[in-house]
Amino acid sequence: MVNAQLPITTTPKYNFPPQKEDLQFPQQFIELSVRSMKKWVDNQPFFAGNTTTQRFAREEPKCFLPSTRLVKLKPNHTKTPIVAIDVSSIKLGETETGLLLAVRGAIVWKQADRYRYLRLGPFPFHITEKNKNDIHNFGENRQTAHIQRYISPNILHMQLRLTTLFERWIQATINQTTHGNLILWDGSLTAGTPETPVHNMERLLKESRDNQNTILAFSKMTRLLLYGHRLTDLAWKYPPPCLLKIQGYPEYGGPMRSMGNIYVARLTGGCCSFRLDVDKQLSHTQAIEAVQRLLGNDLILQSYPETLRLAHIFSTFTATEVLGIQRCVARENNIRILRRPNIRRILFGRFGKGPEG
Amino acid sequence: MHIISFPNEEVEKGDYLTIEDLKTGKGLIVQVIDIQYADIPGILEELLRNHNDGSYIEGEDVDPFEVATHIAYIQDARLLICKIRATNNNGELVPTSSWLPSRSRAIIKTLPIERLLAQTEIDGNYQINLGETTEKKQLLVDLRALDGSLNIITGKKGTGKSHISKLLTLSLISHGAPVVILDLNGEYAGLGQNVDGKPNEFREKIHVLTPGKNLKVTLGQLKLRVMLNVLVNALSLPGTSAREFKRIWRFLEEKDVLTMHELGEAIRNWKCNQHVRDALLSRYHTLLNSGLLTDNPAQATSLTNSLHKARVGGAVVINLRDTSTINRLIVVEYVLGKLVELLTDWKLRAIFLFAEEAHLYLRETYWIDIVTRMRHFGVFTTFITNQPDTIRENIYRQADNLFLFNFTNGHDLETVSRASKVDAETVKAVARDLPPHHCLVLGRVVNDFPIVVKVRKLDVRAMGQTRLFFSKQNCSINPFSKL
Repeated sequence: MVNAQLPITTTPKYNFPPQKEDLQFPQQFIELSVRSMKKWVDNQPFFAGNTTTQRFAREEPKCFLPSTRLVKLKPNHTKTPIVAIDVSSIKLGETETGLLLAVRGAIVWKQADRYRYLRLGPFPFHITEKNKNDIHNFGENRQTAHIQRYISPNILHMQLRLTTLFERWIQATINQTTHGNLILWDGSLTAGTPETPVHNMERLLKESRDNQNTILAFSKMTRLLLYGHRLTDLAWKYPPPCLLKIQGYPEYGGPMRSMGNIYVARLTGGCCSFRLDVDKQLSHTQAIEAVQRLLGNDLILQSYPETLRLAHIFSTFTATEVLGIQRCVARENNIRILRRPNIRRILFGRFGKGPEG
Repeated sequence: MHIISFPNEEVEKGDYLTIEDLKTGKGLIVQVIDIQYADIPGILEELLRNHNDGSYIEGEDVDPFEVATHIAYIQDARLLICKIRATNNNGELVPTSSWLPSRSRAIIKTLPIERLLAQTEIDGNYQINLGETTEKKQLLVDLRALDGSLNIITGKKGTGKSHISKLLTLSLISHGAPVVILDLNGEYAGLGQNVDGKPNEFREKIHVLTPGKNLKVTLGQLKLRVMLNVLVNALSLPGTSAREFKRIWRFLEEKDVLTMHELGEAIRNWKCNQHVRDALLSRYHTLLNSGLLTDNPAQATSLTNSLHKARVGGAVVINLRDTSTINRLIVVEYVLGKLVELLTDWKLRAIFLFAEEAHLYLRETYWIDIVTRMRHFGVFTTFITNQPDTIRENIYRQADNLFLFNFTNGHDLETVSRASKVDAETVKAVARDLPPHHCLVLGRVVNDFPIVVKVRKLDVRAMGQTRLFFSKQNCSINPFSKL
């Protein structure tokens, strides 16, 4: 006798804020961090000093003559979960053989009236000439990578490389674990860079579309000019909320490609407007609906979504954290923190302004 | 001097630290006078970001390297505001700060009070236990530091001033010193009894004299000089009248009829200006009504005898509790006059005088007199007050020891900070946060190293406590039940 099996399936986890266990956080990433720190010769001093990376949208500073199209927006209050992702890195100091940096990511969910966050990190890294290839090739087995095809960058560029690598991994994970969400990224949808090859970005966007997610990428800074003006300045004269679609801009030269349609978003009053990239594969109507859903579901201040603002706040390193990480690194590796002599101060005395070192 | 301290380093206000510079072999001895949060860069951002009441945003962290504990460690860093007290120059303490240790090489350690005071030569015979330091160790001081000293015990109400005063009194008595207490609230009458009311070892050494009861004197005992002090200083008798009084006194003395009755008659019949007579008569009646004077030698008390008994360790408590203001002035004039007389004649070697709220019975000119002239006669005074501004600034400056309890009022702290034994900053920072029964001891008694001590308990009966309506017994009774 055969018992009939009822067609019961488990409730999909889609749209529930993922738990940290569900994120399948890459153990290799932690191991990579540990390895990078272990190879550090004991008692090797490091010179404290920190800089955060200021990321512009990856684009060539070109002036082009396209047209603009104003799109007036109306908030759409259909319940839509919003997820925002941001990653920060900071240079903690220098060693005799390399750089010491830390990276941290933040994911923030907005559902109903509540926000929930998950912070990943900080992960300290000691990047040297010897281990930069390990870090560079880290993504080999990861879905977000194909970076290894490129030449390992200069050690000074590894901070950006590592940050982007980590960010892409979080973005891929969110794409796979959520459904029907608005996913907010910090930056643009420009691909073709060593950190983000075109097919990599294509894969991220495809995964997102497959799961009915919509990626909205907000760039705080842009170098794109239109009619001699910074792109984001164009929207000031229009009443919010609105989008200004930039049409007919030329493709970047070289391997770089924009994978999204470019808009200038002026979502509220105030002095700010942002470059907004929306997946090119989505229709204009889908893109507009996504932004209208964002307006109807998230708090927008100074044209910037609160969820993304929180992701930025939670990933950013404060000065206290830098001191804490430096202490952690110093204690775990039995090293002393030294201050590198300020060459400018030595040479120019009180007139020696500018960065340390 | 500012020192960064981390959460695992337990330091309290009042603690001492040594900053040892191994290269030079010197060390700086500093005292923590205040503890603040260190001004860590980015702390405001941290607090703003982490402030979460759960209603707006919640979340979790994946922190495999446990960096958060290190961040918390930095966030909770404290800044110790310290004062330099001395330099340790190869074991020798020099009270200077003309040298500074290396910031990078120096080793900072806590310095136990025991070790700090180890260099003070305390004769075991005169060692007394004041209480517990912040390190829970006994604070043993040399009682001889009170000898020849002017001391001030001050603090706000209910902080333990009388308690330390009693502790010092009993310590002096047990070491054979004579003590006179001007007891405004009748608090010292119980020194001869344990908490349970049973007589203690001091019972025979405590002589409580209550004016009008067991403190009565004849004019013969009083002496003209003391009488004139009472009339002029306590009863404001004008100079002309005082001169006439002198004549009357001498006249009665010559006739050997120096009694109150005869004095009254003499004033009434004395040939003098009517105004002078009236002035003398009014003072005479005041003296008569004070109850202090008697013509009956059997009723008279010999203060000399009481002081003589206390000479080898004892206290004469002048109980001023139920005495009127004018009578207090008369009694104190008499007692102080008598003390000076006995000390001048070397009938007493020295006396320790404890004066509670002295502004209520001590005439203005006596303050300086006590601090300067009477000190040379051997009157070593301890003023006890909860109103520090009633003591003149020059007295603070001359104080050898200061026992300072909690004050929260800025004006009071400002007044006390004038004491020359310590810097104003220490007084203001430490005294403000002293818990009840904790005292900041300054001066000779602690070798000029300010030390916070929890004054030890005494097994003596507390008298003069404020009478409360809502006492335990009273609360259990329904006040309306008998109505």
